[in-house]
Amino acid sequence: MTASVLEAQALRVTVHGRCILDVPRLAVPGGRWTAVVGPNGAGKTTLLKTLAHLLPSAQGRVHLLGRDMNQWGGKARARALAWLGQNEGGAEDLLAQDVVMLGRLPHQSWLGAPGPSDRAAVEDAMRQTQSWDWRERPLGQLSGGERQRVLLARALAVRSQVLLMDEPLANLDAPHQADWLLSVRQLVRDGRTVVSVLHELGMALQADELLVLAHGRVVHHGRTDDAACRQALVDVFEQRIALHQVAGQWVVLPK
Amino acid sequence: MTRAGFALVIGLLSAALAVLGLCIGSTGLESLRQMAGDATAMQIVRDIRLPRTLGAWLAGALLGLGGALAQGLFRNPLADPYLLGSASGANLGVSLLLVALGASPGSGGWAARLGTTGAAFVGALLAVAVTLSLARGVQQTLRLLLAGVVVSMVLGATAAMVVLWVPDIMRAMQAFILGTTAFLGWPSVALLGGALLVCLLPAIGLARALDALALGEASALSLGIALPWVRLALVAALALATGAAVAQVGLVAFVGLVAPHLVRGIVKPTHGWLVFLAALMGGALLLAADVLARWLLAPQELPVGGVTALLGGGYLLWLMHRRRL
Repeated sequence: MTASVLEAQALRVTVHGRCILDVPRLAVPGGRWTAVVGPNGAGKTTLLKTLAHLLPSAQGRVHLLGRDMNQWGGKARARALAWLGQNEGGAEDLLAQDVVMLGRLPHQSWLGAPGPSDRAAVEDAMRQTQSWDWRERPLGQLSGGERQRVLLARALAVRSQVLLMDEPLANLDAPHQADWLLSVRQLVRDGRTVVSVLHELGMALQADELLVLAHGRVVHHGRTDDAACRQALVDVFEQRIALHQVAGQWVVLPK
Repeated sequence: MTRAGFALVIGLLSAALAVLGLCIGSTGLESLRQMAGDATAMQIVRDIRLPRTLGAWLAGALLGLGGALAQGLFRNPLADPYLLGSASGANLGVSLLLVALGASPGSGGWAARLGTTGAAFVGALLAVAVTLSLARGVQQTLRLLLAGVVVSMVLGATAAMVVLWVPDIMRAMQAFILGTTAFLGWPSVALLGGALLVCLLPAIGLARALDALALGEASALSLGIALPWVRLALVAALALATGAAVAQVGLVAFVGLVAPHLVRGIVKPTHGWLVFLAALMGGALLLAADVLARWLLAPQELPVGGVTALLGGGYLLWLMHRRRL
């Protein structure tokens, strides 16, 4: 068993007096890909934000790479953990390459100009998501899928040990979903840790670990090749889905 | 067009406008031609036209910079530098001073002029302080916007009532509300130049944080940006830029809103370039408006704020027509 890169204790998030996340204990194993799934409103995004230390109102403790989140400096934490949010909008006037270069901010000193290693990381990331060709177009002129690939490149350009992604497949067409899968597998092979919230259950079952959430609680956390894991998935969606194995992959169909 | 090329173009345009600004005035080109031999002509060019020209450019630059900062901070392309309530605060400050003095700006010489500037500045800063306390700090931008709207409305209404009670000050107030570059002297130029330097430093230093903020608050935080400090520094720069400009030239409309738009329409800048280019553009715009205001009806002159409002409004209408807004 690999050591945990993210460990959380007694996580609790309350909004307007209602508890939307209650996770007593959670350990995300390092060097693996964990997919977070669950019905709408299960608290997936909230959990991811809490793990990334982006919710000031969250209670509880999170350790990143064995060190308490509060003891990390802002930039050091940003180098260790990258975040890709969903539907944040904005940055319409920034060129795609300027957006991806923002991923290098934690590596640069204040006012320091980007160096050759920053430019190399940007080009690598953009080629990996096949967004290099429109590096000089403003973000506002890209389609939803193109935009998502630029934002993904922004998160990859950080080259962090841990990468948290909230619905990274939104707006991506099938070939680029497959590319995303290859990118994630490569990251994991390199020893990096990926946690992604996914609505595409078939894709989620390709992950190493599955974290099933419902009503702000973890109802199952385990390896995807385990039958209990698939049962938990069917249960959390109220038996409205069926899993079938086709050509060695799990396919999710409505029931 | 490249970003540096664009900066060069606006720089050259500003220089050309500045030369025009030296040539235009109630005594026309005569003063410039007789400058060498005539002490009065020399004085007109050196002590009236030159500081007025430089001051108009600097005030415009502060408003353009303020507009770029406001639009970046509030992540809203329609934000303008007055929305923290500084304009209505300056307005009320000046109207109260005029009531106390019973004088109109310009008529009372330097003392009254300095008083007006001081009252406008204090009023602007107090209004921003009230806005910030109502919004409980600078961290929630939506609260900040709403508080700014509330403060603007209340202070604006109060100033209007003051004018209604003491109608004698109406004419002087109207000149201030429309904005005027007529009273800019060398002290104003020094003040505006100093304010521009002080505001440009944090604006350019924190420009990359504004870029990151454009991606969303969560992304900016995840990139290690210390958002609370960034917001604090930029709101302070915004308040100083608008306060200084409003105190010197009154409530010049549209320059702060339009300058960053014009820049973004021509190049796609990061915020580092945007704050710099919007300042250049704002300077060129207000100087152009000032030259027009002095030239159109010479030897009479139009209030410069009226010219910017007409030109700025026309430009926004054209933008809407082109469906680029």
